[in-house]
Amino acid sequence: MPTDPGARAVLRLRNITKRFGPLTANDAITFDLHEGEVIALLGENGAGKTTLMNILFGHYTADAGDIEVFGHALPPGNPRAALEAGVGMVHQHFTLADNLSVLDNIILGTEPLWRLGTGRAAARARIEQLSRDFGLAVHPDARAGALSVGERQRVEILKALYRDARILILDEPTAVLTPQETDDLFATLRKAVARGLSIIFISHKMHEVLAISSRVLVLRHGKLVGEAATADTDRHQLAHLMVGSEIVAPEVGGAAPGAVLMRLREVSTTPVGNAVGLRSLSLDLRAGQITGLAGVSGNGQAALADLIAGETVPDSGVFEVAGEGVGAWTPRAALDARIGRIPEDRHRTGTISDFTLSENAVLEAYEKEPFSRRGWFDWTAVDRHTRAIIERYDVRCPGPDARIRLLSGGNMQKLILGRALEAEPKIILAVQPVRGLDIGAVTYVQNRLIEARDAGAAVLLISEDLDEILTLADVIHVISEGRLSPAFARGTKTPAELGVWMAGQGFDGEDSHAA
Amino acid sequence: MRLEPVADPGWSRTLGLPALALGGTVAIAMALALVAGSNPLAVLGLIVKGAVGSKFALLETLNRATPLIFTGLAVAVAFRAKLWNIGAEAQLYMGALLAVVLGTGLLPLPAALLLPILMLAAIAGGALMLLGPAFLKTRLGVDEVVTTLLLNFVMILFVSMLLEGPLKDPMGMGWPKSERLVAEARLPRIVDGLRLHWGFGLALICALLVWVMQTRTTLGYEIRAVGLNQRAAAFAGIPVTKVVIKTALISGGLAGLAGFSEVAGLKGSLTLDLSPGFGYTGIIVAMLALLNPLGVVVSALFVAGVFVGADSMSRAAAVPTYIADILLATALLLMVLAIMLTRFRVVRG
Repeated sequence: MPTDPGARAVLRLRNITKRFGPLTANDAITFDLHEGEVIALLGENGAGKTTLMNILFGHYTADAGDIEVFGHALPPGNPRAALEAGVGMVHQHFTLADNLSVLDNIILGTEPLWRLGTGRAAARARIEQLSRDFGLAVHPDARAGALSVGERQRVEILKALYRDARILILDEPTAVLTPQETDDLFATLRKAVARGLSIIFISHKMHEVLAISSRVLVLRHGKLVGEAATADTDRHQLAHLMVGSEIVAPEVGGAAPGAVLMRLREVSTTPVGNAVGLRSLSLDLRAGQITGLAGVSGNGQAALADLIAGETVPDSGVFEVAGEGVGAWTPRAALDARIGRIPEDRHRTGTISDFTLSENAVLEAYEKEPFSRRGWFDWTAVDRHTRAIIERYDVRCPGPDARIRLLSGGNMQKLILGRALEAEPKIILAVQPVRGLDIGAVTYVQNRLIEARDAGAAVLLISEDLDEILTLADVIHVISEGRLSPAFARGTKTPAELGVWMAGQGFDGEDSHAA
Repeated sequence: MRLEPVADPGWSRTLGLPALALGGTVAIAMALALVAGSNPLAVLGLIVKGAVGSKFALLETLNRATPLIFTGLAVAVAFRAKLWNIGAEAQLYMGALLAVVLGTGLLPLPAALLLPILMLAAIAGGALMLLGPAFLKTRLGVDEVVTTLLLNFVMILFVSMLLEGPLKDPMGMGWPKSERLVAEARLPRIVDGLRLHWGFGLALICALLVWVMQTRTTLGYEIRAVGLNQRAAAFAGIPVTKVVIKTALISGGLAGLAGFSEVAGLKGSLTLDLSPGFGYTGIIVAMLALLNPLGVVVSALFVAGVFVGADSMSRAAAVPTYIADILLATALLLMVLAIMLTRFRVVRG
């Protein structure tokens, strides 16, 4: 149902089908994109959104189906043909050369090889014009590596516009933005649409989809399961389409905060490589309370998570667990201090993909009884423990002896969650615990964390998803460039107010308070 | 053409593809025999006959397999932890060297005491040879492929120096060889009158022990975890450095035993041709066995059979003995391909 029935279709997809082995990532997907329209492609992780766009852009070849751009068939598997036909893509992970300037990044690949004099002056003028027209403020001579995430995204969009893209595909563009940056992005997109561009906006965030799109397409398990004009639909209906069943938002009862189980006072850590270190950070984690850590990706969340998980030690400051300063701080010491850890990267850090479920289930306790006795491994005890986790945490799997890489992200996460919770932790470190999970698994994991809180655990929830923090956290801190904001109690700050902190403002005042 | 991961390679894939690789190996070798102007089937027959066709041939193959089982195990243990030990050759010579230093009259002990002492010395020697590279790897990030490989040349020159100097046999008519081990230091034969010594039995026991270690012990679990995903292993609290050092000690010790078994079981003295590259061939043996310790026994027998059989065949037919090297090289390459194809399938487009 196009917003304007008179508008012509600039892009037609017909019966696009793509299989990866036994998995059908796209199943006979058909839709049209009209001129000046923003289509939101909504779906859970793994629903096939990115695959579909990669087919459109020529990164993948479809097993079946046709694509037509401006009335002409698009040859499959050819990104250059897609570019020339006017399709521009802004990837989830940016593709900029860090050591080149913004200008060079934008014209890279558009210059003929054999011409000596590059039309840099003309290119610069054109980029500046585009920046003004679309509200994409970025300095052409800045080095790409020095740009903020929001700026890098603007360069990516400029790249597409510079190549005369008439159709813009944005894959999860807001994942790395503060709420304010997201608003700026939407302003740019509205300007683009006003100039006749058509946009496909891929997301799994409902409120953004409702804010920017004129039409919503919902993908589930590779199939197009729903289509609606944005004006005619609501969050509830879309969620229902996405998941295929009713979802129940986690119910968060009031917290009963207890003693401080972990105390950090002016803790600093050394930055590793490009990563941000902690800068004189103070934090209390209380029993029976979920502390949410909000912030834009790459602002020291990893440094804090590594510290609590036992992977790094503080350079300076006080670090106390259960009222005592920590000694030799290692992952094993953290485990012995009853810290349950749900790492950010469940594929590479949380599990060993070629190990079985059993072997992964005891990864953090393999050397303790009953799993090991005097150096001998007790497979029976390991198997029993794994079966218990599979049952109690609803891990859908072929069995304890299956390799864990066969599991979906949600089931893998449930095993990690079970592994951590079965050790009855006093402190729980959950880093992006629901990222990439389907909504059913999200609810499950979140409810388990709430249960753990109610049972008296101190939970630190680190997430880049502000909605998740706002829903779950009893107390919220914002982290920016390794500094921590004061604690905000639940409901005392709006997303916009937190966004100001996320953008790094307000900390100077905080410093003078502390001084 | 692209590669696509296979979610769950069934038995047909995990066993069928390696079998296919061996078949392909034989086919290629036979084609070469044809090029050399011989009847391929006759050549194949001669190789098989030369390897297992008589009691003498069979014993020769078992003898040749013995050091290969040790070095194959040494490599398989290390590679499991992604510790790339290319220096089994040097570790073998160190084991042999210590056995010869202690076993040529220095310790006047009965066999029941002397043999275990020599064994332990050889294990310690081999283990120490790999300890240095393992420390450099874990402390400073020095690539152990380079250090272990280069130590092979250092060791061979060191042994050469000793055999021309302090260890030279005064009765050796000027040849660079050590004195002979005393009778108490010699490994007895398994059956009187046959040339097979107890080194072979020791090798089989080691294979079984390594298998038990890998599948039944906490250390085996740690080694596999570190080899498959060091990042996750460290996060889970596995002491990665300690595990790598322990692995190095086991691996080097096994290679050291190969040296002990060769001098105490077969040769009786140390010479520079004690090992015609057993340390390097151990890598092939381990890879063909997919790093499985029990598989190492099978693949060592196969590799030894190919060498012994090809030697005997080249005496009978006009095909050069190099066909053994070609056979093993092809077997290794096809096996690596087969391993990849068990985990990935090729799809068009």
